[in-house]
Parts: sequence; C-alpha cells; structure tokens
Amino acid sequence: MSAAKSDHSPESHDVDHLGHESHNHGSFKGYMIGFGLSVILTAIPFALVMTGVLPTNATAMIVMGAAAVQIVVHMIYFLHMNSKSEGGWTMMALIFTIVIVVICLAGSLWVMYHLNTNMMPTHDMTQMGG
Amino acid sequence: MSATAVQPASNPIDDKTVFYLEEEPHHEEGSSTMLGFWLYLMSDCLIFAMLFAVFGVLGGNYAAGPGPKELFDLELVALNTAMLLFSSITYGFAMLAMDRNNVKQTQVWLAITGLFGLAFLGIELYEFGHLIHIGATPQRSAFLSSFFTLVGTHGLHVTFGIIWLVTLMVQVGMKGLIPANKRRLMCLSMFWHFLDVIWIGVFTFVYLMGMLR
Repeated sequence: MSAAKSDHSPESHDVDHLGHESHNHGSFKGYMIGFGLSVILTAIPFALVMTGVLPTNATAMIVMGAAAVQIVVHMIYFLHMNSKSEGGWTMMALIFTIVIVVICLAGSLWVMYHLNTNMMPTHDMTQMGG
Repeated sequence: MSATAVQPASNPIDDKTVFYLEEEPHHEEGSSTMLGFWLYLMSDCLIFAMLFAVFGVLGGNYAAGPGPKELFDLELVALNTAMLLFSSITYGFAMLAMDRNNVKQTQVWLAITGLFGLAFLGIELYEFGHLIHIGATPQRSAFLSSFFTLVGTHGLHVTFGIIWLVTLMVQVGMKGLIPANKRRLMCLSMFWHFLDVIWIGVFTFVYLMGMLR
C-alpha cells in the first residue's frame, strides 16, 4: 500500500493533461510485490490440492482463503484500487458490485441447494422402500 | 375554482432563485474514460458472477458422466495460471515503460504479454479439445455445460483482449504514445488485470474445489 502511494507524486504532473490527477500506474516495486504475493498465493493452494497432505475440509478453507487474499492483492497492486481514484467513484462502484455479487451467489446457492435436497427423487423412493 | 388553484402554484415558481453556470465546466477529452471503463468492468464482473452461480448450482450434476477428478489435469491448469500471471506482470512492465514514454520498450512488453496470452489460449484450447475428444462435451452433463460456458466466456474475453492488444500495438506503432493511446493502454491494462482476477475465481472454484468435491 505504501509503495503504491510513494510512486504517485513523481508522475502526478505527467497525467494532469489527462484530467485525472489521482490515477497512477504503479511502480516496479509495487508490481513485483504483487507478483510475488500472487505466486505464493497460487502455489500454496495448488500444492495442497495436488499433494493432499491436509484433510479435505482444511484444504478447501485454505484454497478459498488464498483466493480471497489474492483477489485483494491483484486489486491493490495490479488494478491500483484505492478510495481516492476518480473521486472515490471506482470504489463505490466496486462495493456496489460486490454487494450484488454476494447477494446473487449466496442466494442462488442457498435456494438451489434447498430445492435440490427437498425435491430429491431418491427421497420418495427411500420412503416407499421403507 | 380554477383561478384559485393556479394562483398558489405559480407563486413558488416566481420566488425561486435559479442559478446558472456562466461557463460550462471544462472537461478534458477522455477525462471520464477510465471511470466509464471501470463501470463496464463491474458489469462484466456481474456476468461472471452469474456464470459462477450457475456452475455452483450445476457443478455437481454429472448425469452419471465423468466428474472433475476424471477430467481435470491440475498440472496443465497450474501452467495455464502461470501464463496468465506472467502476462499480468509483463503488462505492468509495459505500463511502466509507457510512463517513461519509451515506445520501443512498451511495444516489446506488449508483444511478450500477447505471447503469454496466446500460450494461455493455446493450452485452454488444447484442454477443451482433449475433453471433447474423450466425449466430455458440453452436451454430456449440466456440470460440463456450465464448465464450458464459464471457462469459455473467460477464454473469449482473453481472445478479445489479445485482438485489442494487437490493435493498440499497431496504433502505438503508427502514432506513438499520444495521450489517446495512453488512455487506451490504461483501459486494456484494467481489462487484462481484471481477467486475471476472474481466473483466480475459475482455478479456485472450478478446478481446485472440483478436485476436492
């Protein structure tokens, strides 16, 4: 985060003519930090699943956790998200999108899971068999 | 009746003070492009969220056909992930070269990015070809339909990203790093990194979680 801020000032005069002084394209250091973190956060889940050293549930938690952290890493170091770019509107749009995505994903999975379990054809067959 | 009704309505309009701008605020050409493109990416994000939701719901319906464990080759997926991650960092280097106004370096890094993108597409098409060859076509089961739709949509985005990248390389070659071209390169930068973010979701939820199912 600090790397993304420190590289902003030297180039700010450069982008003035584009009319968005708060935009930055990152620094070499920032990209390398992001890349390093991404490699680690990709290697860990792949290694865990391919070797299967941990129990399935623990592996699943770590895999999803690593993905969540890596998405944040990409947002900060590659997409240069911050609360100030474009007057804060990119962040507002992102938060709005995340809310919609969470509602849709959680809602779909929740409703369809219950639909599947409650309308399972085997449910009736076991009752008939019993 | 009608006169009394009109009278009170017209009064507030007369009293209201109206302000006009003496001069329209000046907006530089393309000053809102980045925000507009970000909003497009967010809407694209919603498309992928829906496809992820579909895969989440149908991902376990194999219709007595092959499942992830029989179909997926994680080493190939890891290689694919590496290609996309490398292309992300090389695009970052292209942006840094653009900031230094170095046309040649920008072009070289863009070309390398394009090659990594092509490698990614090649591996994905090889995987798809292999799956279809062994009979795991989109028609086989709901799992495979949703798999091909989700991963194929991402692959289609990468394809268009590469076409856009080649177009911009021609543009930069013809006109140099003019402000308009810089703006376009910044848009493609967001698009390219965004596709990498989507791929994190794909390899996590489709491939890795699929192997754990």
